[in-house]
Amino acid sequence: MSAETIQSRRDWLLSERPASRMQARLGRAYVAWRRFSANRLAFLGLLIIIALLVVAALAGVLAPYSPTFGDLKGSRLLAPGAEHWFGTDDLGRDILSRILYGSRWTLYVVILVAIIAAPIGLLVGTVAGYAGGWTDAILMRITDIFLAFPKLILALAFVAALGPGIENAVLAIAITSWPPYARIARAETLTVRNSDYIKAVQLMGASPFRIVLRHIMPLCISSLIIRVTLDMAGIILTAAGLGFLGLGAQPPLPEWGTMIASGRRFVLDQWWVAGAPGFAILIVSLGFNLLGDGLRDALDPRSGDQ
Amino acid sequence: MSGGPNQQRSMSALLDVDDLRVTFPTRSGLIEAVRGVSFSLGRERLGIVGESGSGKSQTGRAIMGLTPPQARISANKLAFDGIDLLAVSPRERRALRGKRIAMILQDPKYSLDPVMSIGRQIVETLRTHEKVGKAEARDRALAMLEAVQIRDPARVFDLHPHEVSGGMGQRAMIAMMLIAGPEMMIADEPTSALDVTVQLDVLGILDRLVSERGMGLIFISHDLRLVSSFCDRVIVMYAGKVVEQLKASELGRAQHPYTRGLLNCMPRIGFERHPLPVLDRKPEWAA
Amino acid sequence: MSAVENEGGRGSARAVALASFIGRFLVIAITTYLGLLAVTFFIGRVIPIDPVLAVLGDRAPANVVERTRREMGLDLPLVEQFYIYVKSALSGDFGTSVLTTNPVMTDIRRALPATTELATLGTLIGALFGVPLGVLAAVKRGSLIDQIVRIIGLIGYSVPIFWLGLLALVLFYAKLQWVAFPARLDVVYEYTFTPITGFYLLDSAMQGQWDVFYDAFRHIILPASLLGYFSLAYISRMTRSFMLNELTQEYIVAARAKGLSETRIIWGHALRNAAVPMVTVIALSYAGLLEGSVLTETVFSWPGIGLYITNSLQNADMNAVLGGTIVIGSVFIGINLLSDLLYRVLDPRTKTG
Ligand SMILES: Nc1ncnc2c1ncn2[C@@H]1O[C@H](COP(=O)(O)OP(=O)(O)OP(=O)(O)O)[C@@H](O)[C@H]1O
Ligand SMILES: [Mg+2]
Repeated sequence: MSAETIQSRRDWLLSERPASRMQARLGRAYVAWRRFSANRLAFLGLLIIIALLVVAALAGVLAPYSPTFGDLKGSRLLAPGAEHWFGTDDLGRDILSRILYGSRWTLYVVILVAIIAAPIGLLVGTVAGYAGGWTDAILMRITDIFLAFPKLILALAFVAALGPGIENAVLAIAITSWPPYARIARAETLTVRNSDYIKAVQLMGASPFRIVLRHIMPLCISSLIIRVTLDMAGIILTAAGLGFLGLGAQPPLPEWGTMIASGRRFVLDQWWVAGAPGFAILIVSLGFNLLGDGLRDALDPRSGDQ
Repeated sequence: MSGGPNQQRSMSALLDVDDLRVTFPTRSGLIEAVRGVSFSLGRERLGIVGESGSGKSQTGRAIMGLTPPQARISANKLAFDGIDLLAVSPRERRALRGKRIAMILQDPKYSLDPVMSIGRQIVETLRTHEKVGKAEARDRALAMLEAVQIRDPARVFDLHPHEVSGGMGQRAMIAMMLIAGPEMMIADEPTSALDVTVQLDVLGILDRLVSERGMGLIFISHDLRLVSSFCDRVIVMYAGKVVEQLKASELGRAQHPYTRGLLNCMPRIGFERHPLPVLDRKPEWAA
Repeated sequence: MSAVENEGGRGSARAVALASFIGRFLVIAITTYLGLLAVTFFIGRVIPIDPVLAVLGDRAPANVVERTRREMGLDLPLVEQFYIYVKSALSGDFGTSVLTTNPVMTDIRRALPATTELATLGTLIGALFGVPLGVLAAVKRGSLIDQIVRIIGLIGYSVPIFWLGLLALVLFYAKLQWVAFPARLDVVYEYTFTPITGFYLLDSAMQGQWDVFYDAFRHIILPASLLGYFSLAYISRMTRSFMLNELTQEYIVAARAKGLSETRIIWGHALRNAAVPMVTVIALSYAGLLEGSVLTETVFSWPGIGLYITNSLQNADMNAVLGGTIVIGSVFIGINLLSDLLYRVLDPRTKTG
């Protein structure tokens, strides 16, 4: 490809007068991408998340040892070294291998929470925004009530009643994290509700159900994605906290929070047992935070770097 | 500029501006907000007019030293009372501001600190530049409030900006800027944000104080007719340049088509006009 | 139009505005608290298959189970049960803890000051460092210090608090021995010291027992600094953003035109304006630390409500867990509501209108 064709392609993307909707959309995406990739920290965040995905997919190949069975006789609580890069835990299991496998549980949690909480928020918010009146008032009051609760404590109480386990932890976190999504979806709905475009669809006789589902919800998706990405770190930290308190994933699952909890007993002498999984949590949360910040700045220039 | 040398420049000039340029570097290239403005000012009233975005405010702010830090300023000469403003230290520049050169901004609703009482804001200017005691500062601030024709100075002294009307706020602003006795004043559209009924009051007060104290005034406005009735001389700016300089009394003989256009845009009583001329103003009277 | 000229009309409009504000505030407060109780009711009575067993554990004798069942009103319709539940919660009756055999409220009353003392000190540390850092970052936007503040904040948002606490213990307690072991006081003092308010730092200082004060300080400083760091991450980020917003306002230009020094403009004008929303942020951060106490207190064996809840969790003591949840939730909600009120009181623009 010559420099010229690249140049003309860029011109086409950045055209002030796009000839088609496709061109306009691609152009906008291109501008957002340029803004995003100019932000080095955001790019780093993206790399971290990609690495997380790769590691989760290839954990079986990458991990040098089994995550669940260790050498109880010969290699308990070994310090980091050439054999075991991050050392071993009290059951002689290789910590690096457990962390690599643990990435799957981290992904499992964030994806499930997002899949449960985002649609709830989307539904509540769009229905409230589109219906208006009493429906709106009541739905939003409920949303605000949930918004005012302390999330971690409530999730804790939920898991206490449901019983410990990673699925229940996911459920509890999802129940406490949908309200911001409802607020965002409602705000977006209000901005489009009275637009000519929606009016036109109404005139064509579309049912409210169809309008919300087909025409309003898609418009809320991009701001929702930003918000979910920004929340990922919080979800990971909450899940790890529940794991640490013994309410999330149960041993021997190599979930990072649970690993910290079991390493806690020897932390004064063998700090790496608890140290390594916490570091993994830190890196992944950081990745999501950087990515979320970058996405927000790239897609929503108004918010600047506030 | 092809208009030849500045005829009005005199030895006693308070302010000398020669080839002033203000440039903003932005992502999409350089924006030249001011492109070679030259004029001089004695103890007189000079009006600057031009449409929105023509660089009036940036000219005023460059003189004050309030240009945003990312902007570049250059000039062959930018001197106040013989002081080269581009050469002095920021500290000396700051000492000039408020003390010898003052500025009134457009909208008192935004240009007064909302969480500080009006009295304290006036006193603050005074005590920044003069060593005066608390009690004396208060007395002088009250006197100043009276000088801008506020009826009940002692009460207004303790009010917060949101508790007074726009006209009253702008009078407080004038009091705040004049209390240290500046020799020169830049008024950047001081009445544009005000109710029509109080515009004339505020202008009257400004006019009286400026002439009483023998100050030089730069009066920035959109409104060519207002400027010509209020000022001795008028500069017309367009796209960062001075397109015409003339005496206010000779406005009728303006040469430049842009000036003539501006003149034609002004409504005059007794003349019916279709379509109505459009005056661009910011919609800041809301709220 | 003009406030000064037209006093009478304004006065009554003001009264109406105030009344409607109070009305709205009450509706929000009441529904939020009812919502909290509804959720805990749901957790305690609806989710478990047998709420009595959830409260008593499965080893309780049959007659006790039967009595408790009647006391809890489990034979009544759900709405009536909820009514009774709300009534007893309002009177501070959360039942009895299986673990300690005390009424839950008694346990909580004992634990609350420890949590509050820790969270208060943490917020103080966070605000003391967070506000200046945020101001500095905003004023020197894009500079090295801005980047550093940003990184500090990002790490604060990303690090698991319990993990950082464990590492801090390893370093400052085990290796460097700068701080005391995880607890609230040395055992020696547990018996010789009689608290008054329950805030040990305050109590010991008031009684002039400086050795106790020193000991309490050596115990609290590490967890408080840790909480302080989290609060700092949040506060500095918000301060920066508020300050950036204030620094673009016209009154800043006017303040410069008056010839004020940058120091005076930043601290005397911009920060004073930013202070109004800052109060909300600091209050929210305080509420957040109360909530975070569950994790911190567990790591530092700090005998507050957080530790009480986690201990009860481990023993399936549902009354205690939900009682603690309601109390922390109530304080959390209360602070949220209060910060809204405070915002109105502090901002002269909303105070009168
Ligand atoms: N911070 C900035 N960055 C980039 N460009 C700027 C900045 N400030 C001003 N400008 C540009 O400078 C030009 C002149 O602005 P200025 O405020 O002086 O106009 P004006 O004549 O005062 O207009 P108005 O009557 O609307 O106040 C404008 O075109 C504006 O786009
Ligand atoms: Mg202007």
